[in-house]
Amino acid sequence: MYRVMLYLVAGWSGCFVMAVELLGGRLLAPYFGSSIYVWGAIIAIFMLALSLGYLIGGRWSLSSPGLRRLGGILMTAALTTVPLVLGADAALDWLSGRVSDPRMGSLLGSAMLFFVPTVVSGMVSPYAVRLLVADRHNSGDNAGKLYFVSTFGSAAGTLLTSFYLVLYFEVNQILWSMIGISLLIGAAALLVGTDKES
Amino acid sequence: MIMRLWPLLAFVLISPTVQAMQLVHSERSLYRQVLIYEDQGTRCLCFTRNCAIGRQSCIELAQPQKLVFGYTHMMLGSLYLTPRPENVLIIGLGGGSLPQALSGMLPRTVIDVVEIDPAVVKVARQYFHFSPGPRTRVFEEDGRTYVKRALRQGRSYDLIMLDAYDHEYIPEHLLTREFLQEVRQLLKPGGVVAANTFSSSRLYDNESVTYRAVFGTFYNLRYGNRIILARNGPLPSLDSIRQASTSFAAPFATLGFAADEFLALFTTAVDWNEKARVLTDQYSPANLLNSAR
Repeated sequence: MYRVMLYLVAGWSGCFVMAVELLGGRLLAPYFGSSIYVWGAIIAIFMLALSLGYLIGGRWSLSSPGLRRLGGILMTAALTTVPLVLGADAALDWLSGRVSDPRMGSLLGSAMLFFVPTVVSGMVSPYAVRLLVADRHNSGDNAGKLYFVSTFGSAAGTLLTSFYLVLYFEVNQILWSMIGISLLIGAAALLVGTDKES
Repeated sequence: MIMRLWPLLAFVLISPTVQAMQLVHSERSLYRQVLIYEDQGTRCLCFTRNCAIGRQSCIELAQPQKLVFGYTHMMLGSLYLTPRPENVLIIGLGGGSLPQALSGMLPRTVIDVVEIDPAVVKVARQYFHFSPGPRTRVFEEDGRTYVKRALRQGRSYDLIMLDAYDHEYIPEHLLTREFLQEVRQLLKPGGVVAANTFSSSRLYDNESVTYRAVFGTFYNLRYGNRIILARNGPLPSLDSIRQASTSFAAPFATLGFAADEFLALFTTAVDWNEKARVLTDQYSPANLLNSAR
């Protein structure tokens, strides 16, 4: 159960990040267009945020790591996405009135909306690796499995969102559902984590 | 810009000439492959190798002022609703045939053209006789960001032409209720929007209810392509449109078509599912809907 929970958190987090990234393009398009540099800005901000998240997550795993804290990271990522759902239009409207260059505008807009939740999401993978690894011998194997689950989740989130979800739901409906599922999985991790900590 | 799609028949009929088509120019732009073909005195701009279904713009080399595509004739039918526009906004340049025709007919009219792809602007000038005069401005940027900025700057237009879709791809943020509301705000009272769009797919229903939600009743012209003519204010009657068309007989003859050619196509009849979902910035799967025939 403990391991299943770890993989679930990592896989779902990967799915969540990519869904937000794709829908981010939708949020920016009315204000900065959907040119190649708008996507460049979004992807750059997500990559930068993830890279910092990896660092922070790895460092944080050094002191009393546990599944409950991992659940907390997932829930924090979800909660820091809430302002984006509520205020993206107002923020982007404000920004596009001040920054006319669409490259700089979409870069700043992406940073404003996506940087914080994506840093937090980035913390999940290295933290989960720490919880999986029992000894040096199988550390690579465990890390490989975790990257597999997390990146597979990303692929699933990308395809699901762009092929199907946008055909049936509004952007904010999808984001609210994703936030809800993150909170549920995070809460489940809190419960499972109570009795056994590594 | 969309070419008519008589699906298989057209392909079979046209394919022998496809063989004879000469590739004159080819480049990869930021957004797409930009190709120029020539065939029996006609030069065409294409965004796909299969030029028979993807022609964006064509000119006859011997008579470059002639408007080759029927859809451009119907787009100019917007002048029947606003005969003397002081200023016009065109979103989507293609080969530049619409701004070229308009500036020839209405030398005092200010024409703003927005085209996202610098390569398209370049080939329009080099290969399609697009030579913007002193009253024509070309903006190389996304149509939506242009519209938002124009609103902020307090600009307004008598006529706005939306011609930003190619033969298969729709920029989805240019087909939402919010975008059309911005377009309507950018129109002067009585100003007219003319949109060149698709005629046959699931998207037809969604597009129709979206225009309806923003503009109310509009004129719908279907002949291969679909042309939507809507107005910021009540629509003129068919009689006054017929009346207005007579004053365009001479200039349209110069462009190679009769002013009454498509009069019979003007209709306000509802031929779509009114329960279809309105497209919004939050819900805009236009391309997924357009691929569902």
